[in-house]
Amino acid sequence: MDLPSDRDPTASLRVVVDLNRCQGYAQCCYAAPGSFALRGHEILFYDPAPPAAHRGEIERAVQACPVRAISLQAVTADRVDTQ
Amino acid sequence: MTPPDQAGIVVVGASLAGLRGAEALRRHGYDGRLTIVGDEAYLPYDRPPLSKHVLAGELTADATTLPQSPSLRAEWRLGQAAVALDRAARNLHLADGAVLPYDKLLIATGAQARPWPAGSGGTLSGVFTLRGRDDAARLRVALERRPRRVLIVGGGLIGCEAASCCRDLGVPVTLVDPNATPLARSLGTLIGGVIVECLRAAGVDFRPGTQVLGLEGDAEGRVTRARLRDGSTIEADLVIAALGATRATAWLAGAGLLADSSGLTCDGACRALASDGSADSAVYAAGDVARWPIPLYGGRLVSVEHWGNAVEQAAHAARNMLAAAHDQRPYDHLPAFWSSQFGINIKAVGLSEGADSLAVVHGSRASRRFLAVYGRQGRSIAAVSFDQARWLPAYADAIAAGCPFPPILDATDQIRIETLAPGFPPPRRSDEAHHG
Amino acid sequence: MAEDTLFAEVLDQANRSDPYPIYARLRANPVSRQRDGSFVVSTHAAIRSLIFDPRLSSEDLPPSHRPRTGNPLKDWLLNPIKDRIATAHRPLIFRDPPDHDTLRGFVMREFSVPRVRALHEPVGREVDRLIDACLGRDQVCLVEDLSYPLPVAVICDLLGVPETDEPQFQAWATQLATALEPDARHDEASRHKTVAAFDAISAYMRNLIRQKRRNPGADMISGLAASGPQGKPVMSDFDLISTAILLLVAGHETTVNLITNGMLTLLRHPEELERLRADPERAPRVIEEVLRYEPPVHFRTRKALGTITVAGQTIPKGAPVILLFASGNRDPARFADPDRFDPDREDNQHFGFGGGLHYCVGAPLARIEAEIALVALCRRLVRPRLMADPPPYRTGASLRGPERLGIHIDGIV
Repeated sequence: MDLPSDRDPTASLRVVVDLNRCQGYAQCCYAAPGSFALRGHEILFYDPAPPAAHRGEIERAVQACPVRAISLQAVTADRVDTQ
Repeated sequence: MTPPDQAGIVVVGASLAGLRGAEALRRHGYDGRLTIVGDEAYLPYDRPPLSKHVLAGELTADATTLPQSPSLRAEWRLGQAAVALDRAARNLHLADGAVLPYDKLLIATGAQARPWPAGSGGTLSGVFTLRGRDDAARLRVALERRPRRVLIVGGGLIGCEAASCCRDLGVPVTLVDPNATPLARSLGTLIGGVIVECLRAAGVDFRPGTQVLGLEGDAEGRVTRARLRDGSTIEADLVIAALGATRATAWLAGAGLLADSSGLTCDGACRALASDGSADSAVYAAGDVARWPIPLYGGRLVSVEHWGNAVEQAAHAARNMLAAAHDQRPYDHLPAFWSSQFGINIKAVGLSEGADSLAVVHGSRASRRFLAVYGRQGRSIAAVSFDQARWLPAYADAIAAGCPFPPILDATDQIRIETLAPGFPPPRRSDEAHHG
Repeated sequence: MAEDTLFAEVLDQANRSDPYPIYARLRANPVSRQRDGSFVVSTHAAIRSLIFDPRLSSEDLPPSHRPRTGNPLKDWLLNPIKDRIATAHRPLIFRDPPDHDTLRGFVMREFSVPRVRALHEPVGREVDRLIDACLGRDQVCLVEDLSYPLPVAVICDLLGVPETDEPQFQAWATQLATALEPDARHDEASRHKTVAAFDAISAYMRNLIRQKRRNPGADMISGLAASGPQGKPVMSDFDLISTAILLLVAGHETTVNLITNGMLTLLRHPEELERLRADPERAPRVIEEVLRYEPPVHFRTRKALGTITVAGQTIPKGAPVILLFASGNRDPARFADPDRFDPDREDNQHFGFGGGLHYCVGAPLARIEAEIALVALCRRLVRPRLMADPPPYRTGASLRGPERLGIHIDGIV
């Protein structure tokens, strides 16, 4: 995955994964390959501040995670929304 | 609506524990005034990436801000350290002189990195600790200047993760640890030996069984060299003091609570204990700062400096803060942590302290893919996996159930069980220096 | 421990359309011993505990550490008493680590993120083509018109199986899926049919693999059959054939249930159908809730390699263990109001794709197909109504889903 070199500060996403819970099912990597990647055998690397354009994908990753280890917060100018 | 004169709940510590505690208060229906005080100028952020991806330059330090529940509705007092607690008046005093009254207080001030002592080179430039966002950002800048050699003092999780990152960046690294292997206190030297192999394979100059006595600098006050107990010296222009942490309790001096540099003592329900041993029903603590009786390990007092405990204990404390005096539930928790270093995912559950035996139950140390269980007096007390996390939940269940050691026999993927001595160093004497 | 006959009721075709009340009764004993000596595990907590337990084996054979010859005939001669299928056809769902991991590793390498992501567009095209084919009709059979042909077309394309050959192996696939059902193993006639289907599909695959080696394409079988660094095939033909058959059968027999169960559930909850029509972004939540509420696979059988104590019950070494995933999904101790279909449910940790190391390899593909299909159906079918409720069900109690799903429509847009 490529991390964006510049981010839009006005419309940002915040992601955190509970890596105690994570079992490396890699469903997030299929749902949002721009923000999640498995490294080595079972290290999950993710972008905790992905670009707003990835929101749909990341919401899919949140839903697809078999152990529901992913939290997402979308902060936009007019609303705050969390899954 | 919140009455403007309501004191409400104050959370001290804009940390992972502070945030998760505050969110849990809202989740449990608390609708009153909620104030979160933090000594740093930042909203709560996530620490685990700091010693990995931030050092590696893959993430910037500001990317670590944690997601917040939209229902949080907190008043933030950031950049203001709490400096004193007046429990009789139920007032919290801040560094800028402000006084915040509270009805209930949640203490989640965490811990601070143990610095290199000023008297032996701690004031030199080029000497870093690695705990907060600013630490990581500064260290990243220093690493970008391509130091000739990085000296890491202390082979705990932070020291090892930093060593792994520096080697990925191609920076020469020396790691000094007083024990025979890194991670000796948390995992024992037998498992630590696997990390030694990783260090060597990654080209880290590992100096076990010795200590850094002092750091020396040049005329400009920049660190240049370290003197070791074994008489050798190491030329290094960047030093990371990875010496562990002390609990952030100095501000509680005079509060009449059982607090010192290794924690604020709580009862089983996360309530802070006063000097006379009685619980203060208005003051709770959670996360790194809390020292509490852990039921799973016979009620021994522990403070668990891990992510999962911050989240769970804060939520538990929040629940109890809103519950009646007769409905204070005891906090139980199976400690767990993860680390990634040298391309390996390390996960652990339980408390390994006092283990007298260790069994490699899946995989092998030679392959660096294995799961090992720690036993004490015939019971399973902890487990660690190196790139073998898939069975860990079963072992966590077995440890939580107090199963005999080793807990799971006749398993698939289990060629033979190797039972060994875990190799823990002798306990630290209380007067022993932590550094070097 | 008391013996139970409830699982026999689960297998009874009469209960196929609504096994959930039986599951609720089973959950009264989280681990219940059945008369045949098997143990049914029905609560979420107990299932969760067991999917991570290395004492549960998926191997059909005892783990004797007997070296496998790689030659099915030799293996069969060495194990003459074993069921022929179990010996000759050993795909990764019937294997334990480390063999399982090796095989799964090969599949995952081919089932890469870019390859799966690239399927969005062709799946969308195929869904539209299949729905277009129904234009002008006032009723459709969802299974026949979309839920079955879509996954079949997708898996054929992915594997590199010519779709023109599909009618040939449709019956084989169905027969092999039937063999997964507990009843089938005891039925002599069914076993013979299974062996015949297996022989036929094996011969077909052997031939196809030979062609792919000569003439590799961009498909998964070509990738799996490709030569390794030393010019040697990295996967033995034995494993390659088993794997190809597994993927083909799985592509035929599971996603069809997910799509059909999904639409059936939406038709029973018209307000949710409307919401999905109005807001296709709800699809991921809807799919996950369908996976919980009406999963395509209801249970899988394992074997206890050692004595296991779970939920206060002891499962003896050697006992068959039935993980009743669909019951865990309806466990009130884990899910509030579990019998309510609620896509807005938080923390929906269901077992719709199983769990642990045998978690469905095809889950990302199934999600893509189900999402595109359900969104398109909601958008394009005008006033869809169920023709019969409950619909007729296929015989499978594990791979459970409607045989037909008739839907009245006022048109297609």
